[in-house]
Amino acid sequence: MSNESTTKPFAVTLEVGGSLLNKTGSWRSERPVYVDRLPPCNNACPAGEDIQGWLYRAEEGDYRGAWESLIAHNPLPAIMGRACYHPCQDACNRAQLDQAVNIHAVERFLGDLALSENWPAPVGASTSGKRVLVIGAGPSGLSAAYHLARLGHQVEIHEAGPLPGGMMRFGIPRYRLPREVVDGEVQRIVDMGVKLELGSRVDDIPALLESGGFDACFVAIGAHVAKRVEIPGPDVARIVDAVSFLHDMETGDAPLQLGRRVVVYGGGNTAVDVARTAKRLGADPVIVYRRSREQMPAHDFEIDEALEEGVVVNWLRTITAADEQGFKIEKMTLDENGWPQPTGEYETIEADSLVLALGQNVDQGILTSLPGVALNRDGVVEVGGDMATAYPGVFAGGDMVPAERTVTVAVGHGKKAARNIDAWLRGQTYSPPPKPEVADYEMLNTWYYTDAAQKVQPVLDAARRTATFDEVHTGLDAGNALFEARRCLSCGNCFECDNCYGICPDNAIIKLGQGQRFEFKYDYCKGCGMCAAECPCGAILMTPEST
Amino acid sequence: MTRTPDSEQRVKFYQTGTFTVGNRLLDDAQRTVQASVERANSIDSGHRACQGCGEALGARYVVDAALRAAGDKLIAANATGCLEVFTTPYPESAWRLPWIHSLFGNAPAVGAGIAAALRARGREDVRVLAQGGDGGTTDIGMGCLSGMFERNDDVLYVCYNNQAYMNTGVQRSSQTPPAARTATTTVAGSEPGNELNSGKSVPLIAMAHGIPYVATASVHDLHDLELKVVRAMEFRGARYLEVFVPCPLGWGSRPADTIRVARLATQSGMFPLFEAEYGEITASTKIRARAPVEDYLELQRRFAHVFKPENAHQLEALRQVAERNIRRFDLLADAEDSL
Repeated sequence: MSNESTTKPFAVTLEVGGSLLNKTGSWRSERPVYVDRLPPCNNACPAGEDIQGWLYRAEEGDYRGAWESLIAHNPLPAIMGRACYHPCQDACNRAQLDQAVNIHAVERFLGDLALSENWPAPVGASTSGKRVLVIGAGPSGLSAAYHLARLGHQVEIHEAGPLPGGMMRFGIPRYRLPREVVDGEVQRIVDMGVKLELGSRVDDIPALLESGGFDACFVAIGAHVAKRVEIPGPDVARIVDAVSFLHDMETGDAPLQLGRRVVVYGGGNTAVDVARTAKRLGADPVIVYRRSREQMPAHDFEIDEALEEGVVVNWLRTITAADEQGFKIEKMTLDENGWPQPTGEYETIEADSLVLALGQNVDQGILTSLPGVALNRDGVVEVGGDMATAYPGVFAGGDMVPAERTVTVAVGHGKKAARNIDAWLRGQTYSPPPKPEVADYEMLNTWYYTDAAQKVQPVLDAARRTATFDEVHTGLDAGNALFEARRCLSCGNCFECDNCYGICPDNAIIKLGQGQRFEFKYDYCKGCGMCAAECPCGAILMTPEST
Repeated sequence: MTRTPDSEQRVKFYQTGTFTVGNRLLDDAQRTVQASVERANSIDSGHRACQGCGEALGARYVVDAALRAAGDKLIAANATGCLEVFTTPYPESAWRLPWIHSLFGNAPAVGAGIAAALRARGREDVRVLAQGGDGGTTDIGMGCLSGMFERNDDVLYVCYNNQAYMNTGVQRSSQTPPAARTATTTVAGSEPGNELNSGKSVPLIAMAHGIPYVATASVHDLHDLELKVVRAMEFRGARYLEVFVPCPLGWGSRPADTIRVARLATQSGMFPLFEAEYGEITASTKIRARAPVEDYLELQRRFAHVFKPENAHQLEALRQVAERNIRRFDLLADAEDSL
């Protein structure tokens, strides 16, 4: 045999070779690219949390990592896991499959775990040497202080009240938010080196900025002045406002003698909170609201819970006068625009007292020290997109600026203000990173997800709900929390399911290993689009080739 | 025993389901072969199959799983057809295992010969796989295949069924479904497309031989497919596996929809997934989310004409095919089996 015949197989005249010589990528007219789209939960979160991001870690059982990812945006997860109205869950794509992921409950689980394990919040390594004054220790002020501390600034909070927490303590009843949770999360912020001055009412901001050597200020004094309405009658002493009532409940000042029959006037969450609190004090509360249930601003589940506890609600009624026995009520009817119109029909409701829950205004006293800053027609302070007021170096947020008045919005304001204050202190302008496209349900391939019903939080039994201030909802246990975290569809963000790697008919995907995701081999990818079509979470985009 | 799609997997992950190729939360050993960076990639990149080819994918799935089950000691005999033409245009080959070309119809005989040679040399450690398309297997190679079955030769024969002769230009085969358009069953006359009540089920013919193992699988359900390959490799003797592999070119479907078309074929009842041992059906893969036959048909231009009012009877005939499959192979999950 010749040399030649031993190096080549029998009858082969051409050099044999593998198919890798054939670069089939040249066939492609569209190219797949990996993208990170914006999950709808993240998009809906007023605090700007990366919910999908922290659930991703929780799915692995890495609760510490999940919590740290969570508090990169929100310093109050245990509070938020109770008090937030979770718009994330309203936006959750899983709701179209079975039920939304119980994000709220997992957040609370992580927040409670952090408190019981005493996990500290990270503090920014470098100190900027700048001092920032925060006025008000509500959710917005606490959030701003926390983020400023993380950014390396020295922060001092001045709070007029005797205890920190703002509306989290003086607005939200303890059966929804136990006070040790508030104390725990506030303490963690104080432990970062944030100075908290209680009982320190600020009247002259420029003066304090000067005397305290502050470089900037964030004002978040909330809206604590109750709106009132004139109700003619002989005994106005029996009329109190909701803010004072809930505040006195908290400070332990002799709980107001409301009597047995209490009328609560209003239809917001505060009205419901007052009624449920009165129920727990042994009263028989009746909520009177001038429009219908559909139009009540209170959240539906709160109204349901109040009704379950025996609170009575009279819709389409206004209170016109007080007399010796109680209150004169006029029936209303809705016109074609949904506005209540008087009917001329009256009835009397026997009651010992009336609580007005008609909303709150901002105390404008503090603003007089700031030239150019005043309440607008809606009774709130105008701020720019950067949360800055018209007074240089003074920013504002929370209930005192135009926005929805929730704890979560306030926390979001605090974060946003902190970032803008940080930039302002450096003589820069903060520009948030552009938002990617939202991952819609239509972008998902839901075949790959298993059906799994939501884990429901246990609810306290009815007897204890009406007689005690114990927390109504209990948390998930570790097993349930893990299950719930794993229900996340990871919308728009790769969760390394290997689908693209497995189903590519051309082996044109490189698996880079745990946590490293994947890469396309464009030399061989023919652009069939199967990877994009079969990606469960919509993290692959097909884009036209330029040539 | 019935097999629901995830009954083999004890750990359930509600995010990723048990239906994805892999899962970062599972040990490697519990993931599919295809999820592993160590998979054989028995058909390498650079092969010349069309965009979105179901057969290229199905063949890699099967051969990679068989290689792992055989400890990499596997020889493959290949019938002529697309699979051969797109992988091995001389002098290149995409195959990464000992592989032999054969004629259009004699791959079962070549496989049987390799098995006989190995037996003669006492090499029981080396396993044999023979494979081809539906034309080479169920039409031209039927005699050789039946012989291999009745002799119970130690070969796993895999038929990649794309329901027509695709390599030569989409001519009708015995696997072409009723009413489907091919180059030889054109859309013309009062009975457009393939004749109703034609064709045959080769898995059932294989079962009639009483061979140790017969199964059907689909490229859309990788877990199911790999389990069947592993099961097939546990037997000695003749085994038959038929894999449903959509052909975007021949069927007129979008390349990106290959998996979707395969999924709807099974979820509508048009392609039943089942297993049989020694002539008896032992399990069927239940329909997880039942889909109307129309959902499956409307993705493919070869069925476009059945949606015309004058061809309503063809659509009805296709519905009946699905209904009969569902009854015959017991494809609906019992209430207590359902997830």
